[in-house]
Amino acid sequence: MQNAISRRRIAERFGADPSRKLLVPYITAGDPDLDTTLALMHTLVENGADIIELGIPFSDPMADGPVIQAACERALAGGTRLVDVLDVVARFRKTNDETAVVLMGYMNPLERLGYAEFAERAAAAGVDGVLTVDLPPEESAELGVELDKAGLDAVYLLSPTTPDARLTAVAERASGYVYYVSLKGVTGAAKLDTSEVASRVKHIKSLVNLPVAVGFGIRDAKSAATVAATADAVIVGSVLVAMVGEHGSDADALHAAVGGAVRSMREAMDAATGPAWDPALEA
Amino acid sequence: MNIETRIDHGDSPVRTGTAQPDGKGHFGVYGGSFIAETLMDPVAELQQAYERYRKDDEFIAEFEWELKNFVGRPNPLYHARRWSDELGGAQIWLKREDLNHTGAHKINNTVGQALLARRMGKKRIIAETGAGQHGVATATVCARWGMECIVYMGAEDIVRQAPNVFRMKLLGATVVPVESGSRTLKDALNEAMRDWVGNVDDTFYIIGTAAGPHPYPTMVRDFNSVIGREIKEQSIEHTGRLPDAVIACVGGGSNAIGAFHPFIEDKEVALYGIEAGGDGVETGRHAAPLTAGRPGVLHGNRTYLMEDDAGQIIETHSVSAGLDYPGVGPEHAWLKDIGRVTYDAATDDEALAATHTLCRLEGIIPALESAHALAHAVKLAPTMGSDKNIVVNLSGRGDKDINTLATIEGMTL
Repeated sequence: MQNAISRRRIAERFGADPSRKLLVPYITAGDPDLDTTLALMHTLVENGADIIELGIPFSDPMADGPVIQAACERALAGGTRLVDVLDVVARFRKTNDETAVVLMGYMNPLERLGYAEFAERAAAAGVDGVLTVDLPPEESAELGVELDKAGLDAVYLLSPTTPDARLTAVAERASGYVYYVSLKGVTGAAKLDTSEVASRVKHIKSLVNLPVAVGFGIRDAKSAATVAATADAVIVGSVLVAMVGEHGSDADALHAAVGGAVRSMREAMDAATGPAWDPALEA
Repeated sequence: MNIETRIDHGDSPVRTGTAQPDGKGHFGVYGGSFIAETLMDPVAELQQAYERYRKDDEFIAEFEWELKNFVGRPNPLYHARRWSDELGGAQIWLKREDLNHTGAHKINNTVGQALLARRMGKKRIIAETGAGQHGVATATVCARWGMECIVYMGAEDIVRQAPNVFRMKLLGATVVPVESGSRTLKDALNEAMRDWVGNVDDTFYIIGTAAGPHPYPTMVRDFNSVIGREIKEQSIEHTGRLPDAVIACVGGGSNAIGAFHPFIEDKEVALYGIEAGGDGVETGRHAAPLTAGRPGVLHGNRTYLMEDDAGQIIETHSVSAGLDYPGVGPEHAWLKDIGRVTYDAATDDEALAATHTLCRLEGIIPALESAHALAHAVKLAPTMGSDKNIVVNLSGRGDKDINTLATIEGMTL
């Protein structure tokens, strides 16, 4: 079994190369089936993912737009349970010990399994962090204790509506990174104002001593590169999940589409922020 | 003076010994605020506004004026003599919320929340609806005060409750069909939450039941507590004492908590909350989380839920769209655990039988939701003496259900 308590893959990834902005793709586990999820996780890594956010499907995803709602419905139609999500992480860990995995979902499946059992099994499977969308820090004491005991990072959301006093209070409970929701809306909404995001991210970084990842509304290489100019990490979800919805049964097309999208974001981010290795400098 | 003491007329300090909820909206282990970060600030803004105005004499006076002059309160507590005689036990009294403007108790809450929205400067109102009664009540107050109104309604409910859909449109509301999930009330609530997340600056979300993140369960209870307060006064007026039992149907539980709340400290008054038993609780096809569910987290609060063993919310079944909801207000969850209220379920068939009985014996067509409470009176009254009094909260009128009733009888209107 992986010694999850001593590994802090999220911190390792953020600390590995200061010039590299992290790319954090999101997919919903079990969409359309768990084998596809496992294969996609490797495709994400091959094309430049540093951290994978793996969605736990839920029947009532209140903070998600239509794309991820549909993914949840597909995953649940296939019978995906929280324990299956943990199992797919364990399978991924058999061949990948470097890429961090963060589970993202809603409270009720965790509550049903039990916080302590969830945290122990997640750590044993090789999960690195947990983000529960409908669990604000105010209500998080019980789960927080269990995550901490298991050595798992607790990732929390910050939003455009979060006042300064809350920013610091939330960050005190958080570990690994904070997830800045770049717009007032659900996942996949298309009204990202990148200059507004840049000024908010700078402000958050002045108050919060954790890496800042930005998600919601990042759709392509250009917006990924723009956001990466100020953020420490870029999270992309709905645009990839839409590809799973479109190509689900066609593995070649699916991996080409998802891999290509992630690769183009990785390249655009590296070009914008300066690659770790630049042949021109060798000359 | 604040809205709570006003509600209780000072004669029943409701929170004595049972100070609920706490400052963060917890009723025991239930309630709270389980919402995404983007909603935390608007919910905090709402909490502050409600804390301020619930103690504001001018706000309370305006609310009471609207209840009297726009809603038509107080409505009667009516002695159903023929029905009582037929059941051969306790006397049954009907609290006639069906006689309110728009035909149900829902207007009590929408008037209160609309007044709050006006004070907060919010011009755009959103709501979810199941049976359509809350949607109609919201569309009504939006028309009354000139506010934009968007109502989310499950696509399946839109078919079941066509007359109310048309009413909302007449009143100028936009009705948005919700096609996700089970296409019923819970999905409409999800969609309204998503709208709110995207429009927090100008939008007020009028939740229709005593559930959701704090302060909704408390606020909706307070606005509906006029029901229980009037029951108290009218019982004393008619019978010289408090009733022996109060029965109300429970979906989300807003009419029930409004009827029960002023009686919580009156331990001699038995309280019964009746959920939708659907095809029978033993079949699994029902909407009775308090009777057959377990605690979990959904729609911003911890409460009893209908869920599978992996924590996914399951589809509910009830002939009554307004009770077809997998959760329940958190204060009911707490009242169940402390044993103050007895929760039980009535099946579709029992509710339908009670509907027909009330139509024939008393000349009143009850809402199918309210008929679940009537069905429990059928079981309870014969066990009590004829000197005992049961109040049934007749939370709404049944005109909206005539298509459902006709279909069951094989007719098309």
